[in-house]
Amino acid sequence: MREIAVVGFVQSPSLRREPNRNEVEILVPVIAELKKSVGITNDQIGFVCSGSSDYLAGQSFAFVAGLDAVGAWPPVSESHVEMDGAWALYEAWVKMQMGYADVALVYGFGKPSMGDLPLTMALQLDPYSMMPLWPDAISLAALQARLLLENGHLTEREMAERAVRDRRNAKSNPFAQLKGDFEVEKLLSEPMLASPLRKHDCAPISDGASGIILAAGEKAKELCKRPAWITGIAHILEPMELGVRDLTRSRSSEIAAHRAGVWRDKVDAAELSAPFTHQQILVERALGLSAKTRVNPSGGALAGNPLMAVGLSRIGEAAQQSWRGGADRAVAHATSGPCLQQNLVCVLEGN
Amino acid sequence: MAELCGVVGIGQTKYAPSRKDVSMAGLLREAAERALEDAECSWKDIDAVVIGKAPDMFEGVMMPELFLAEAIGGAYKPMLRVHTAGSVGGSTGIVAASLVQAGIHDRVLTVAYEKQSESNATWALSIALPFSVATVAGAGGYFAPLVRGYIRRSGAPEDTGIRVAVKDRQNALKNPYAHLHLEDISFEKVASSPMLWDPIRYLETCPSSDGACAMVMAREKLAERTPRKPAWIHATEMRSEPTFFSGRDQVMPRATLDNAKSLYKKAGITNPRQELDCAEIYVPFSWFEPMWMEGMLIAERNQGWKMTYEGATALTGDFPVNMSGGVLSSNPIGASGLIRFAESALQVRGMAGAHQVDGAKKALGHAYGGGSQYFSTWIVSSAKP
Amino acid sequence: MSEQAAQAPGPVEVMLAPVELEYTFSAGQSASRFLRAIAQGKLLGQRCPVDGRVYFPTRGSCPQHGVVIDGEPVELKDVGTLVTYSIVRVPSQNIPLQLPYITAQILLDGANTILMHLLNCKLEDVHMGMRVKAVWKPRDQWTTSVANILYFEPTGEPDAPYDSYKEHI
Repeated sequence: MREIAVVGFVQSPSLRREPNRNEVEILVPVIAELKKSVGITNDQIGFVCSGSSDYLAGQSFAFVAGLDAVGAWPPVSESHVEMDGAWALYEAWVKMQMGYADVALVYGFGKPSMGDLPLTMALQLDPYSMMPLWPDAISLAALQARLLLENGHLTEREMAERAVRDRRNAKSNPFAQLKGDFEVEKLLSEPMLASPLRKHDCAPISDGASGIILAAGEKAKELCKRPAWITGIAHILEPMELGVRDLTRSRSSEIAAHRAGVWRDKVDAAELSAPFTHQQILVERALGLSAKTRVNPSGGALAGNPLMAVGLSRIGEAAQQSWRGGADRAVAHATSGPCLQQNLVCVLEGN
Repeated sequence: MAELCGVVGIGQTKYAPSRKDVSMAGLLREAAERALEDAECSWKDIDAVVIGKAPDMFEGVMMPELFLAEAIGGAYKPMLRVHTAGSVGGSTGIVAASLVQAGIHDRVLTVAYEKQSESNATWALSIALPFSVATVAGAGGYFAPLVRGYIRRSGAPEDTGIRVAVKDRQNALKNPYAHLHLEDISFEKVASSPMLWDPIRYLETCPSSDGACAMVMAREKLAERTPRKPAWIHATEMRSEPTFFSGRDQVMPRATLDNAKSLYKKAGITNPRQELDCAEIYVPFSWFEPMWMEGMLIAERNQGWKMTYEGATALTGDFPVNMSGGVLSSNPIGASGLIRFAESALQVRGMAGAHQVDGAKKALGHAYGGGSQYFSTWIVSSAKP
Repeated sequence: MSEQAAQAPGPVEVMLAPVELEYTFSAGQSASRFLRAIAQGKLLGQRCPVDGRVYFPTRGSCPQHGVVIDGEPVELKDVGTLVTYSIVRVPSQNIPLQLPYITAQILLDGANTILMHLLNCKLEDVHMGMRVKAVWKPRDQWTTSVANILYFEPTGEPDAPYDSYKEHI
């Protein structure tokens, strides 16, 4: 396996609503700054890959406009997944593993504020039996939370503690959307949103974009003082139907974490994409994180959830922990589909 | 660094205007099961699944691969969903191959599909944005002005497109999977068919189809052991350029030329016209055959139409193109690119039945999409590189 | 009892599931400037800072160079050359025009990019290189939309030389 590292990461601020800029306008400065910060130009980039969703944008081929931000001239080798940018990073990593490129540019973007997000997500569901009922994303997550609470797998308090922790961590993240000091008791006294979930249990709706530069071997060392080496990356999909899988654990995160080798050594920091507090807990357990791991130093998805970029940004934030020397070994997680249906785990090491 | 990958199983569905006999899951499985049967392996032998399809608006389901997880054998496995507009079928094949070529998986199943009868493809292709004026009725409306530009540049005779349309539909008669089986196709029939987007006539246009295509790809040691000869992947390449910028050559984009140069270099090909035995090229409107012959550097600039005229691209010609009937005969949009790749593999495996090119050893598979800005291609051969 | 009701029901083959989603679309900063100008009857292009070429309509960034375009706008006249076209005879639910209509790629004088719009012209007269001029809706119907221009019409002037627009087609 080739040694491939994250050598650059730039993100736009996660905003409830980007009122004036369209997706391309959000992306242009992100990609420009990304290339500048790493010190590379297009002629050094061997592969470009992005992640986005047409239904989020309300248009077919919405990703095509994203290419405008790359300055793809001369023409570039480029691909796109209808998934979070974390999977675009996976595709690029594979391309680099086969020796196709030494440097790759990856980006993800989305403006979920344009539509009614929880309702739009209902379009992901089985079109025959589930979608026509239009169950929104929050209600589905609530079903899972109910299952967990009533069977004693976790408590409301533990859920609220995640929100408190992540928003507190987010105070040091200029790009996070929800940040500040909150108290568990106060949060638990808030009304239900979709019981048993309260507002604080849910990730916000966020517009945003982020980009990452990957580099291989010597090139990575040339471009970055302390490259964040990807020592393991894996992803797994579960069936969608809520009744055919165990909703009290994230089996796919467990398998992906195992294949990515999370278990091999200590984990100093973890960045998780789970958009609900109870799901955060499930992912923490699936990754086998100890009390020593700093979870979501950036605030994670609960502090800012720009769909299609959020997973990629977790990889970027984990890499940043490594660059800043805050972590020798960090794990990043991305998710897709209702109730943690599909999960990606990436291990980054600074040494 | 890259491992050798072989195509060991190929499956296609019958392409039709509307496959009411199956759901999306049924459509995918029809193709996937045929591919698994061809490869003589089962669902459990597959390590990863790569799905490709075009905009989700074509079926009205957002990220449908999620609800189709079990149908496609992806449960508890890694699954990727590729979407690169019309070229998606090709890109999907390339991503699937890369998983084997990078040494990550032993056997990968790839499926590309479209069940566009479930929604309204023309609507999905021309959703009018606010503040703008919709001027383009479907893909034909977008490409027709470019075809006009090609005719102007090359001086190609006006009936070049008609000849391509007749040839591809005649080839389709030899392909039981093809959507269009126009027994009475003729030059006169095409010439007298209604003009849709001048200069593109109704019978010079691809149909709208439901369908799926699947392939099983395996690493060298496993591919060597399969019962039917694998198609060895010699090279893959992709290129994209922005849709729209000052001075862009919309008719002969640089992306196709750069893509072709790089592809042939990787495959060790210096004279594609001579060294390739046949090609499956993405031709949704008949004029794209001569245009892409030039775009893939098989014909000289402005001379592509001569290959059609001389009969070189006929099934019995010296450079057969679209032996399967091509996109002009079957067009499930998300699958069409992968069908081109699959048909090129069928040719070099000697398994193309009635539309087989005798002795085909090396073939080109090609897909394009967007505003003629995305290109994905591969070269497969019966021999290892 | 009707004959239908007396028969056993067959398998369900088709299910209609209507989908309705509303999106609040933001044109973006650059397009907004362009649209406000067109609401006043002005056509504003902008130059790419790298090569000075004029983009019209404006888009906020140069796709070729990946850089922001936000310099002084360039006002363009509503006259130009028909670069290429197609006569459309296919109905589409998004386009409420009578068939056949002409979809046109127009190079406005002073611009370096194509405007896609419509052409109102006798079918037998349309050809590449025609000089064309915009026909606007009545002033009181103007909004922030390119649809303020109903279509383009031939000016009757001699054709533009092929060289003047051939790089666009």
